[in-house]
Amino acid sequence: MENLIYIALFAPLVSSLFAGVFAMSPRATFVGVISSILLLVSFFASAQLAYFVYSTNAVIHTTMMPWIMAGDFFVEFGFVVDHISVTMMTVVTLVSTVVHIYSIGYMDHDKSFNRFFSYLSAFVFSMMVLVMSDNFLGLFIGWEGVGVCSWLLIGFWYHKPDVSRDENPSISPSWAANEAFIMNRVADLGMLIGIFILYWSVGSLKYDVVFATLPHLSETVLTTAALALFIGAMGKSAQFPLHTWLTDAMEGPTPVSALIHAATMVTAGVFLVIRANPLFAMTPEVSFFIAGLGTFVAFFAASMALVNRDLKRIIAFSTLSQLGYMFAAAGLGAYWIALFHLAAHAFFKALLFLGAGNVMHAMHDELDIFKMGGLKKYMRWTYIYMGVASLALAGIPVFAGFFSKDAIIETAFNEEAYVLWGMLVVTAGMTAFYSFRQVFLTFAGVPRYDTHHLHPHDMYRYVLIAMSPLALLAVFAGFFKEEFEAFVTHLLPSYHMSEHTHHLVGLLTVIVLGFAIGGIYLAYKKYYNGLKRDEKCENSFIYKLLVNQYYIPHFYEEFIAKPYTMISQKLWQEVDMKIVDAIVDAIAYFFYNSGDVTRRMQTGNLSHYLNWMAAGTAVLLLAAVLFA
Amino acid sequence: MIGLTHYLIVSAILFSIGLVGVLRRRNLLMLFFATEVMLNAVNIAFAAISHYYNDLTGQMFAFFVIAIAASEVAVGLGILIVLYKKNGSIDLDDLVSMKG
Repeated sequence: MENLIYIALFAPLVSSLFAGVFAMSPRATFVGVISSILLLVSFFASAQLAYFVYSTNAVIHTTMMPWIMAGDFFVEFGFVVDHISVTMMTVVTLVSTVVHIYSIGYMDHDKSFNRFFSYLSAFVFSMMVLVMSDNFLGLFIGWEGVGVCSWLLIGFWYHKPDVSRDENPSISPSWAANEAFIMNRVADLGMLIGIFILYWSVGSLKYDVVFATLPHLSETVLTTAALALFIGAMGKSAQFPLHTWLTDAMEGPTPVSALIHAATMVTAGVFLVIRANPLFAMTPEVSFFIAGLGTFVAFFAASMALVNRDLKRIIAFSTLSQLGYMFAAAGLGAYWIALFHLAAHAFFKALLFLGAGNVMHAMHDELDIFKMGGLKKYMRWTYIYMGVASLALAGIPVFAGFFSKDAIIETAFNEEAYVLWGMLVVTAGMTAFYSFRQVFLTFAGVPRYDTHHLHPHDMYRYVLIAMSPLALLAVFAGFFKEEFEAFVTHLLPSYHMSEHTHHLVGLLTVIVLGFAIGGIYLAYKKYYNGLKRDEKCENSFIYKLLVNQYYIPHFYEEFIAKPYTMISQKLWQEVDMKIVDAIVDAIAYFFYNSGDVTRRMQTGNLSHYLNWMAAGTAVLLLAAVLFA
Repeated sequence: MIGLTHYLIVSAILFSIGLVGVLRRRNLLMLFFATEVMLNAVNIAFAAISHYYNDLTGQMFAFFVIAIAASEVAVGLGILIVLYKKNGSIDLDDLVSMKG
């Protein structure tokens, strides 16, 4: 079994190093093929481990080597394969494999093809470290690793110049990459503090040890640690107020958005909350804060998606919104439902993004859905895929999203958090509306693009076939809900609806479905037969507010970035140049000048040297006499 | 009675004379003489202290100093002759070619 663990973990690393060797050479298809094969190997190993854990209920611990030994501080490179991590491993490697194969087609014309695969596989490796580690420090290393890979991949087309915010809200790939990295760094400080607090009060970083010691810790320590860890999760999962980076991260190539900014990395925050569930279960205030924030973000992000015109940004907002749902579930104590939604979401959201990639490919990188339309004739398979994914996202029965999202909304009702419940229900309606607004504007109606120059065609066949596993899972994953529950609740606390909720389940489902179908119907009415622009609506205050993302990016620019730049300028000119630099320069000048003065001792006359020597000896003798 | 102190005083006086010679003289040959005076001042001290402690090490050391001083002078005088042939002077003030 240990071998399988190492194969699952290190196959992506080997793939990354292999592709890295060819980073500087011209595009070579075999690099992509071999990377994909290695990822497939990793997936098979993970699937086999999943089967092993499923059939034997065993938890595998393995220690690769000791890592840090400094006094009492001792950490090992240890990995744990249990019900939670094996679920994550399977989801991550499956989506990664699909995305790798997809990228062979999507990045076909890019001259940095090989480099792309190197980064992508490196990301998968970091993600595997993150989910498999058996201690907080290993998790943190993976956490930072995915951050770095995300930075590399968002800024993959770093040569694009900066443009104004009105022209492109994310300014440029390198700007977006830096924004994502810096925002995550802010949140990571919180996470580090959380880890420090846990180490300080427990004396170990191993999950098992930490969770076993929790009942002996004071409430203040628990609350602070939980809150600090959650701040880290907020950054990685782009929760308000650290959410702006996620939509800007869409500057990266679309496979990256599918893999990192939809299916895997951004769910790391949810994973952390699920992994540390004993801690969060003991801190009800923090948990309720998580649920409240999650619900708020679900609603808040969905509202921005309603009016956005950018194909990828709409999906990014919906990712944000769905992450909010996951946090709502985790915060309300339904950890297994959060994990279930995480997995289901990974499948249909990756599918949706890859579909969007196909559309971009056909439209020559045009992203404005107002300039598309009528694509279903040319791109039948992509239409089906995106339709399926959107149905799943909207939570229509049979599709995966229905089972997971409905369960979350029920949980909110069951916990008697009726405000949260109401918001989540309304959000479900909004989700359905914006998903189908996007699908209809892209695929239905008449073409609004330049039909003389653009002749859209679907992606390569092998790419479409590679996407099919995701489509199948987006449709069927929901049917495994009970098996999934039985599987993960070996480790996670089980969650049952009360009798009262149980009686109302039918009614609740109907309400949610009513909102979802209402949303789809509205989108159908408004957009299926082409785009009719409503000037009055587009000039209204709310529309403008939503289009500008509640002016939060502007707010950050004006009240954080600009003052910070100003303070930095001042500190540079006043403190750095006039104090720090001046001191260093003074020391240098002192030595330079003293050398210049003492240079005159060197007359070339032996007699003078002898005099100096005698004087020196005399001084030394004097010193010896005085201080001995 | 002449004791250790007297010898050490003689040695110190001789050493000082040598030192002044080294510091004040400009003639390279005189410098050699002055160094020899200093070395022999040290030899006196060695011999005297050796006798005082009844330990032969000091006297042995004095012999070594004499031997090394002799060879040093041999080499030094050789260089001195070369210098004189080259520059026509052994005055230190004339030999200033390594000014920093």
